Amino acid sequence: MKKKSYANKQILIPLAALAALIIFNLIMDPGFFRITLGTNNAGNPILSGYLITILDYGSELAILAIGMTLVTAASGGQDISVGATIAIAGSVILKVLCGNNTRPDQLQAPIIVAFLVACLVSAVFGAFNGALVAYFKIQPMVATLILFTAGRSIAAWINNNELPIVSDPSFSYFGGLIPGIPIPTPVFIMLICVVVIFLVLKFTNLGLYTQAVGINSSSSRLNGINPTFIKFLSFVILGLCVAVVGLIKVSRLSTINYSVIAKDIEMDAILAVALGGNALSGGKFNMAASVLGAYVIQFLTTTLYKMQVSSDALPAYKAIVVILLVVLSSPVVREGFVKLGKKIKAGSVQKGVA
Amino acid sequence: MEKKKSFKERIFGLSDTNLLLIITIVVFFVMYIGAVVIQGGGFLKPQMFFNILNANAALIIASVGMSIVMITGGIDISVGGVAALVSMSCAVYLDKQNGSVGGAVLIALAIGLAYGVIQGFLVAYLGIQPFIVSLAGMFFARGMTTIVNTAPFNVQNEAFVALKETRINVPGMGSLNKKGVYVPAYVEIGVIIAILVVIAFFLILRWTKLGRSFYAVGGNAQSALMLGINVKRTRFLAHLICGLLAGIGGFVYFLHVGSGSASHATGMEMNAIASSIIGGTMLTGGVGNVIGTLFGVLSLATIQNIVSSAGLDQAWWTGITIAAMLCLFLVIQSVVMAAKKRALKNR
Repeated sequence: MKKKSYANKQILIPLAALAALIIFNLIMDPGFFRITLGTNNAGNPILSGYLITILDYGSELAILAIGMTLVTAASGGQDISVGATIAIAGSVILKVLCGNNTRPDQLQAPIIVAFLVACLVSAVFGAFNGALVAYFKIQPMVATLILFTAGRSIAAWINNNELPIVSDPSFSYFGGLIPGIPIPTPVFIMLICVVVIFLVLKFTNLGLYTQAVGINSSSSRLNGINPTFIKFLSFVILGLCVAVVGLIKVSRLSTINYSVIAKDIEMDAILAVALGGNALSGGKFNMAASVLGAYVIQFLTTTLYKMQVSSDALPAYKAIVVILLVVLSSPVVREGFVKLGKKIKAGSVQKGVA
Repeated sequence: MEKKKSFKERIFGLSDTNLLLIITIVVFFVMYIGAVVIQGGGFLKPQMFFNILNANAALIIASVGMSIVMITGGIDISVGGVAALVSMSCAVYLDKQNGSVGGAVLIALAIGLAYGVIQGFLVAYLGIQPFIVSLAGMFFARGMTTIVNTAPFNVQNEAFVALKETRINVPGMGSLNKKGVYVPAYVEIGVIIAILVVIAFFLILRWTKLGRSFYAVGGNAQSALMLGINVKRTRFLAHLICGLLAGIGGFVYFLHVGSGSASHATGMEMNAIASSIIGGTMLTGGVGNVIGTLFGVLSLATIQNIVSSAGLDQAWWTGITIAAMLCLFLVIQSVVMAAKKRALKNR
């Protein structure tokens, strides 16, 4: 009973942030919430509007947030190499699809094969991060700093710094629209991922073990859990999430830009986890709150874009939000709030007695 | 009668700081000799060495700050962003507002100090993870740089250009150029500042109460607290110093490149962390030395020079080599420390 109330409380944090953003936008311009159904150039139905954009791009972030939540909970640190690994996964997909020719008339391999290869490659990179963290006991953020630096270089190197272009229209379904369905495909991909992780958490002990390792690694070992493996596994799962996002990202453009693709996405993914009310130092987590947090972040980004903030200056505003967020959730400030709350409660009780 | 210590015992008997420092210095000399062997005599010219110093003076200063934060068990990844912000602010002040060089120095110091105070307060007194704080700091600085001015431009201010062009000849060093004329080796002003910073912080870390408390807090905050050290204040000061040095480093960087751009000092935080780690500063805190950091920067710069002069000039090779080197050193540290623990246990 107590546990349930905790979980309910945690999801209130992103909900409150979402409510604040909605109210802000209602005051600034109610047109923000308009959704129109039109047809695109190919004659397919398409929904458009700021809310659809949020759903569309927020889905990428939500998929990343799933993996990031597990990594955060298990290792007490964050993976900052996700943006660079997305570049690698995207590069691998294009390499498999295009072969040695950068502008092939037809696909050199089925898309599913390319995707599976990308999954394998990013799982290997995830395993590399995981091994450094779990076996060599290097702080997660520093271990992933290695790929953060080298990742985009490796991505460019895979394709020899050329920019392959896929002309096959079916490839663009993943990041765009499937003909006849007006809702962007990433939303469906996100739903699949969420259902899969929900089932995994429901029917396996992964969630329990991850939390146990995050709360106290050595006592979880004494209870028969292998903390090293759990930490390692969380990074591999994040690697798989990265491959999915990589597919969506390259599918949107049908090509890749190594230095720009998924730039700064690690910041948003970490932010989504933090906004979901999950402790960044590991331990208990709430997956639903993280996913909701991802959409709130995207809501914030879209709101800022609508307020004519340039994309280069965007990080400055987001950084302020992050700082506010972490300050509010810091132990010192939280304790202060609890004390204040107790005082108010005590005061009201006294009044009641009197 | 005392048993004669074996080589292994003597090596593992060193303090962690000294053990890692020795590894670093050995690696640097091996690398430099390797560079001479592979690349031929170019690396033997004094100017080649001083050019490495000239190009990396800012990195040395920023890395010293990074090392101090890392010794206390924290990390600061905002230094590159701060350097870019300082460059851009100073450039705008000097060129568009006709400011004086002294004013620019004050701006650099103020930005660095502001960063140090705010980040230090958030980390030390509010107990927020340093990585998150400085990640936000980095993004804020990068965003702020484009808000100050978007387009990159060169500074034309005369007093500043004169300062930038100032070359200080190194006595007794030099080489004959192609025409057979003796050219003395020179360093830029930034190098002098960098060396002063290294010496100052070497002394502070070694012989002042503050310096020793950095090590104590990083080694074990709980015991440091019990010894009567003000842990929060020490952490705050570490971040303050790091922010201030990032500001100074930013100005030295600006002095070297002479322009303002939002893409300046990209990856500087990464290089600073890598240099500190290569220099024997442990991420877990309590171990480190700024002399090692100096050698860390030099090792990093040497390998970059080898990579670029070996014809692998594509930008991606630099990223890959630095990452590989960082990875190697992290693993070496992890393994050496484990071996040392085992050796001490068996004694």
